Amino acid sequence: MEQFILTLPSKAPQQSAVHTVICGVVSSGNLEVLVEPLVTRDACEIVVNTSAHGFQDIWEAVLKDFAERHAVGGLRLSINDAGATPAVVSLRLDQAFETCCGDAA
Amino acid sequence: MTGRSISYFEASARLRLSGLVDANSFSEFCPPAMRKTSPHLARLDAPLAFDDGVVVGRATLAGHSVLVAAQEGRFNGGAVGEVHGAKIRGLLDKAVSEKPAAVLLLVDSGGVRLHEANAGLIAISEIMRAVLRAQAAGIPVFALVGGSCGAFGGMGIVTRLCAEVVMSEQGRLALSGPEVIETVKGVEEFDSRDRALVWRVTGGKLRRALGEATQLVDDLIPAFRDAAADLIAKYQAQPLTPVSLEELLGEHAKLTARSERFSNARDGREIWQAIFADAARVPELSVDDFNRQLGEQA
Amino acid sequence: MSEQILFDRLFGAGGHKISSEGLFLHGLAEVDGQAISVIGTRDHAAIDVTLALRIADAILQTVRTDATTSPRPILFIADTQGQALSRHDELLGLNGYFAHVARCVDLARRQGHQLVTLIHGEAVSGGFLAYGMLADRICALPDAQVRVMDLRAMSRVAKINLEKLEELAAVSPVFAPGAENYWKMGGIHEIWSAKDNWTERLAASFASITNSDSRAAIGVERGGRKLAASIAQLVADA
Repeated sequence: MEQFILTLPSKAPQQSAVHTVICGVVSSGNLEVLVEPLVTRDACEIVVNTSAHGFQDIWEAVLKDFAERHAVGGLRLSINDAGATPAVVSLRLDQAFETCCGDAA
Repeated sequence: MTGRSISYFEASARLRLSGLVDANSFSEFCPPAMRKTSPHLARLDAPLAFDDGVVVGRATLAGHSVLVAAQEGRFNGGAVGEVHGAKIRGLLDKAVSEKPAAVLLLVDSGGVRLHEANAGLIAISEIMRAVLRAQAAGIPVFALVGGSCGAFGGMGIVTRLCAEVVMSEQGRLALSGPEVIETVKGVEEFDSRDRALVWRVTGGKLRRALGEATQLVDDLIPAFRDAAADLIAKYQAQPLTPVSLEELLGEHAKLTARSERFSNARDGREIWQAIFADAARVPELSVDDFNRQLGEQA
Repeated sequence: MSEQILFDRLFGAGGHKISSEGLFLHGLAEVDGQAISVIGTRDHAAIDVTLALRIADAILQTVRTDATTSPRPILFIADTQGQALSRHDELLGLNGYFAHVARCVDLARRQGHQLVTLIHGEAVSGGFLAYGMLADRICALPDAQVRVMDLRAMSRVAKINLEKLEELAAVSPVFAPGAENYWKMGGIHEIWSAKDNWTERLAASFASITNSDSRAAIGVERGGRKLAASIAQLVADA
């Protein structure tokens, strides 16, 4: 497994209460994302554990894009990945964000 | 999407759970945030899941307190490893002191997780003792089987230790997987790629017809929920008593009679022929019609 | 080792009356002057529906015989290659027949019968799960081979590199075949040596039976299974 940690500066801190949630399943081509509150509200920490080696650049691009689109300050994302495509990663991240911080949460 | 009107087969363990129990009633034990992952999978450089593939916790169902475990069949085939197995065992031990109305096991598993084979085998035997202990203490355990892995291997044995077995037609319940039998004994013995045959031998309808499953329901989360709720009411009205010698002698006679009656059977069609008036139509019957006809034969 | 030699070593010549019918063993013997029931399998038996029913029946008859008197101890002899691989047995519901055996073992325990398993030969997977592993105390003879699956098959089915498995098997007891591994993990309580007095060991084994399933705690003590006990406790206390 390859592991890397990214700390992304936040566009804005998350305003709603952050619920600890988990999204997705670790099956082939899929991933799970655990979202938890982070003490530092002006950054987003993302820990990625992936079975697909050599794609750190792509991960960084997808994660930066995610951080641009949402107010992710004060969030810690932990990912267990079993070879998901960037599209699936993006989808799962958005789902996770909806669930943890959406109004419905 | 609330998960209340979708396929049980397609749903993840968490989605099944959330649709099965009363809304907002579930609280998880040993949740993903605790990161109790498998060190054995890590050593073999295999992907981890924060819940090690099983969700356990407490909830209510139709207002009654229940303990629940839901295996995630899409993580390592729902297979049982050290941590995964310990979570289920702990839940069953908890039932003895907490005395819920029932324990619900959402089984979706091929059995022992080979990456930690010995730990998995021992864990399953600990789960077996724990199911027996909980039921001897009066707490019924219900197995719900309707996922892509079915209930195989040691989990097939655990399932049949439970007081009730609720299956959908899509569910499968057996011991050895057809692929294993084919690999060792040849395709003549069991063609594992003949899906219709696999379901005629291990599927929900066949299991219900034999009495190995106690309920057959549609592949819908609400159908499983309703069955569980009815069963809870049944045991509230008539609490489970420890299995007696007389009951086991009766069960023994039944199992002996079955093995004699079907001494050469190798295909569910032979079971249909013996039980249903129109054997050829059984596979197409809706669950309701199947249950009605089965009831009429009794 | 032949059964006769095994039984002579366990009970003394003349201290046992155990017959074998095909792959099935059953009879009576004496431990410390007390009558015990002996039930088991031989010759690496593949356990099918028929054999499962015989085992269950022997247990039920023992319980029934002692229903109004002192429940005698039961010694399970386990020598099995696992479940029979057969479409016919799967159709009938072999998993359910195994569950029935397990219920009979549990009934015996609840009725006060003390239960010891002795592994003689092989103890594999489902066949071992059905009765052997449910005893109060599980002992292995020196020649015992205990496993879920051999490494080669495991490598193929789980798609893990065989060399990697062999390398790890040398340092971890968690998946490779071996009675020693099971002992370390608390899955087997005792491994007997050829030099031991087996009569004494058997008596001592029956004498050290406890009421609860303490295998997870033993796994911690012996270092082979460090997490199961604490995770189970964590959930039980939650």
